[in-house]
Amino acid sequence: MRLAFIARHSIAIALGVMFLCPIVFLALTSVMSNDQSLTANLWPTSWHPGNYIEVFERTPLPRYLLNTALYAIGATVFMLLASVPAAYALAKLRWRGRTAIFVAIICMMMLPPQVTTVPLYLMWANYGLTGSLWPLVLPMLLGDAFSIFLLRQFLLTIPDEYLDAARVDGCGEWRTLLRVVLPMARPGIAAAAMFQFFYAWNDYYGPLLYTSENESAWTLSLGLASFRTLHAVEWNIVSAATLLTMVPIVVVFFFAQKAFVRGVTLTGVKG
Amino acid sequence: MTTLAQRRRRDRLTVLSFMAPVLLGLLIFLVYPLVASVYFSFTTFDLVNPPRWVGLRNWEHLLEDPNVRTAATNTLWLVVVLVPARMLGALGTGMLLARFKRGAGLYRTLFYLPALAPPVAATLAFVFLFKPGTGPVNTLLAEIGIQGPLWFNSPDWAKPSLVLLGLWGIGDLMIIFLAALLDVPKEQYEAASLDGANAAHQFRYVTLPNIAPVMLFAAVTGVIQTLQYFTQAAVAASVASGQATTGGGISSTFGYPEGSTFTYPLWLYVVGFRYGALGYANTLAVVLFVVAAAVTVVMLRRFRSFL
Repeated sequence: MRLAFIARHSIAIALGVMFLCPIVFLALTSVMSNDQSLTANLWPTSWHPGNYIEVFERTPLPRYLLNTALYAIGATVFMLLASVPAAYALAKLRWRGRTAIFVAIICMMMLPPQVTTVPLYLMWANYGLTGSLWPLVLPMLLGDAFSIFLLRQFLLTIPDEYLDAARVDGCGEWRTLLRVVLPMARPGIAAAAMFQFFYAWNDYYGPLLYTSENESAWTLSLGLASFRTLHAVEWNIVSAATLLTMVPIVVVFFFAQKAFVRGVTLTGVKG
Repeated sequence: MTTLAQRRRRDRLTVLSFMAPVLLGLLIFLVYPLVASVYFSFTTFDLVNPPRWVGLRNWEHLLEDPNVRTAATNTLWLVVVLVPARMLGALGTGMLLARFKRGAGLYRTLFYLPALAPPVAATLAFVFLFKPGTGPVNTLLAEIGIQGPLWFNSPDWAKPSLVLLGLWGIGDLMIIFLAALLDVPKEQYEAASLDGANAAHQFRYVTLPNIAPVMLFAAVTGVIQTLQYFTQAAVAASVASGQATTGGGISSTFGYPEGSTFTYPLWLYVVGFRYGALGYANTLAVVLFVVAAAVTVVMLRRFRSFL
């Protein structure tokens, strides 16, 4: 028993080291001099925290950060406005065509974005919105398939008795949703919001498609992908920039870890 | 007194008030682009010239397009290797964590963290880590007398390197499996061990049947995600090639080295937005749709119960 205990922890620690070491190497390289970052030395011979300031001097990082934040926050708020009521209707109201619409939403969730890229790009070009992040934010006003799916799965776990009690008290469906369901669904909503936020924050394909010709609309991911190539061999600066883009997301994660883990669990649907 | 018919109508209006935006969304972002893609796939046009009907020309071209063959082969390779590798990795780490009574939280956070890294940042980190000459991985391998491969710069090793990158980010899958593993009723294990089942038997006859639905769901979504594989392949190729590319110019390095990381979505992007052959790009999109639809149908059939 004791041996098994030690073996388990040894394996877990070894795995933990493997999961962490890419970040550690990156962090060490980010404070090296440029010359040293090109050598095989793993430990900095001299320390250069100024590399982080240099990232800000060389790139419009605050601009990228602002664009990314606007995209992520805008998409999340818009998504919730449309998706929460729809998930409620799909989980808790009975109506003809409900299954068919839910199947359509699953299909949309499973559809690779590249399938619809060209027609949608042409549509946004028609409205003169290419070159901005609007084509990625505005559609969220009409809901997001994955979020609706996730929210519905969560709302199904709320017992109908609470809703019936509200209805007996004379609440309409909207009032029931706002007064009774919303407070109970907070963990599910938090999880859906966080997924949307992280998706937008990390998105590369969308911003590349719509903003690659307009640098003032670039996001962190797009800026970072281009940054490396502008500073071909300066791995120390690149490492610093890479770590900087990871920081906000890790901070958000630690503040909302519980909701997040619960949300991830929710995505693994049982048959 | 309201009649039944009036109440029915009012109920329908209520449902509509909840669903209207999403119904509109399905029309604009699902139905319209799908119908348009199918139509466009029989035309030729670009951002300046309107669509012109060319019948089956795009479809004939598709069959003899060598880039389609390369891209489809690479994407298939990733589906066959990356998806099972990630699932096995997530199952292994999940089973390890499920055995801890204390300390699981810390390990879980540690294993999960890399899954949070933005794909562009994670890819950059890995290309640096696996740099052939002086990267940390090959430096450490040299310490123990192994000469490391060229990783992202070798046509044979570039895709396996992407698999390692995918394994680094198995955290979300691991948490899903961990939850399923912890949900398996304890009594079943107890009954099995009373019947004299060893660890392997318990896994085969208790664990696996219980978590099979979760694994199948993960497999299906994994395949769908891999069909879209774009960011990591694009960034790894651009960074490893060492060429200066920004924004949309990144497509000039797609597939480096020697087309080994050239996935189907990359080719679709190049055709549509670098060559501006929008008709043919839609032909490629329709094929992707058919494949994704087939995978989705499999899932819907198995998961009827959650509809």
